[in-house]
Amino acid sequence: MEKLLVEDLHKSFGANEVLRGVSLRAAAGDVVSIIGSSGSGKSTLLRCINLLELPDAGRILLDGRELNLTRDRAGRLTASNPNELRKLRTRLAMVFQHFNLWLHLTALENVIEAPIHVLGVPRRDAVARARELLQSVGLSPSVERMYPAHLSGGQQQRVAIARALAMDPEVMLFDEPTSALDPELVGEVLKVMHQLAAEGRTMIVVTHEMSFAREVSNRVLFLHQGRVEEEGPPSDLLVRPRTERLRQFLARSHGGHSGCGGHND
Amino acid sequence: MMMELLQQYWQQYLWGSPGHWSGLVVTLWLTVASVVLGFALALPLAIMRVSTRPWLAAPVWLFTYFFRGTPLYVQLLICYTGLYSLEAVRATPMLNAFFKDAFNCTLLAFTLNTAAYTTEIFAGAIKATPQGEVEAARAFGMSGFVLYRRIVLPSALRRALPAYSNEVILMLHATTLASTATITDLLKVARNAASDYYLPFVAYGLAALLYLAVTLALVWMFHRAERKWLAHLRPVQPDANRTKP
Repeated sequence: MEKLLVEDLHKSFGANEVLRGVSLRAAAGDVVSIIGSSGSGKSTLLRCINLLELPDAGRILLDGRELNLTRDRAGRLTASNPNELRKLRTRLAMVFQHFNLWLHLTALENVIEAPIHVLGVPRRDAVARARELLQSVGLSPSVERMYPAHLSGGQQQRVAIARALAMDPEVMLFDEPTSALDPELVGEVLKVMHQLAAEGRTMIVVTHEMSFAREVSNRVLFLHQGRVEEEGPPSDLLVRPRTERLRQFLARSHGGHSGCGGHND
Repeated sequence: MMMELLQQYWQQYLWGSPGHWSGLVVTLWLTVASVVLGFALALPLAIMRVSTRPWLAAPVWLFTYFFRGTPLYVQLLICYTGLYSLEAVRATPMLNAFFKDAFNCTLLAFTLNTAAYTTEIFAGAIKATPQGEVEAARAFGMSGFVLYRRIVLPSALRRALPAYSNEVILMLHATTLASTATITDLLKVARNAASDYYLPFVAYGLAALLYLAVTLALVWMFHRAERKWLAHLRPVQPDANRTKP
């Protein structure tokens, strides 16, 4: 049985149809990379999974259980039961392109916030776990007491990853996690994501980093203008693209980035 | 002459006597009470003010429009003399008892006025909460009350601190209007002393010094508060303290 199944998602922003029937499935331990040019609907797809965007049509199933959706006044699909939505969101953790750390909280406080106030974990346990997690993403203990504004981009993103891990999620959603980082800092975040994949975490990653897609993911989805153009293992897709569009996209990506191997360990 | 003024009036300037409080103590009491009550009112009002539901936001907008759109002095006059002159007020025993007392009227006018300004300050700060932080909170399962209490309000109130400290200091100085409503505040004592001794410079100068002292204390208090609650916005230290992992 699949861990996550998203079926036939449609989403329009006004007259602009961004998702035209996209489906995605992920088994436990899968690392799925979603690639495509800007406007192809990659981020929208990811954000529909935890209903940060409300789709116009489609189904979302986690562990075989479907999330009940009803139509709101604006015609979009929203969760019928807010508690069900909350439970779903606690099982999916998201890492954002612009980190979205809570700026008035220190790194440690960021990581313990949701476990304490959403999951009801006792503070002592949450703090102990948070310290382990911050260490596992490669941050020194002194970072705990620092505010996000005083951390580098790479440090902030790693705190964000620790924050996501603290929820013990079944599926992790990454929305272009390295796009906002300086090239030198991309490596430290990719390293953590490699680790997570090696641990067997189910990850859905919207990314521009072809090296990650190629080396870490076991499936790649290529989105173009709201549809899945190609789907398959990276060894297949990225080396022998079947469609012209993917070929062009890969050619552009190769030329645009300074080499495809981005991680400086 | 100046020494005599001081000798006769120093106690009234500061606190007066039990049962006949006057001067600084009355000014402080008026300031603190109206600021605290105004704050308590402004918090829920600000949340309503930023609501997308018009039936919540519109009444609050009307309230702030009225109390920011009229001078405090006019509001005070309406509260103090205006409302008491209405038949409806005099007929109702509770209202009658309330508006008969000058201090109640003054406190009411000041409270509503500061509540209106504070509501607008807080509403602006709430609206300026970074969307990403709210999104992240939602993505982690927070909503409604928890979202407001843990993420939006802590962020917004911190952001509002500098502007709010201004409002509190202004309120302190606005209490001088109470002297026109027969409240024996600091300014009233100064006026009494000035007319008694024909030494306006000394009398009002003393009052000015006392207002200065209180303002200094307020500024210091808010400086400490900013040090603590705006620590997350301090510029990055470009020195050895910044550790690299």
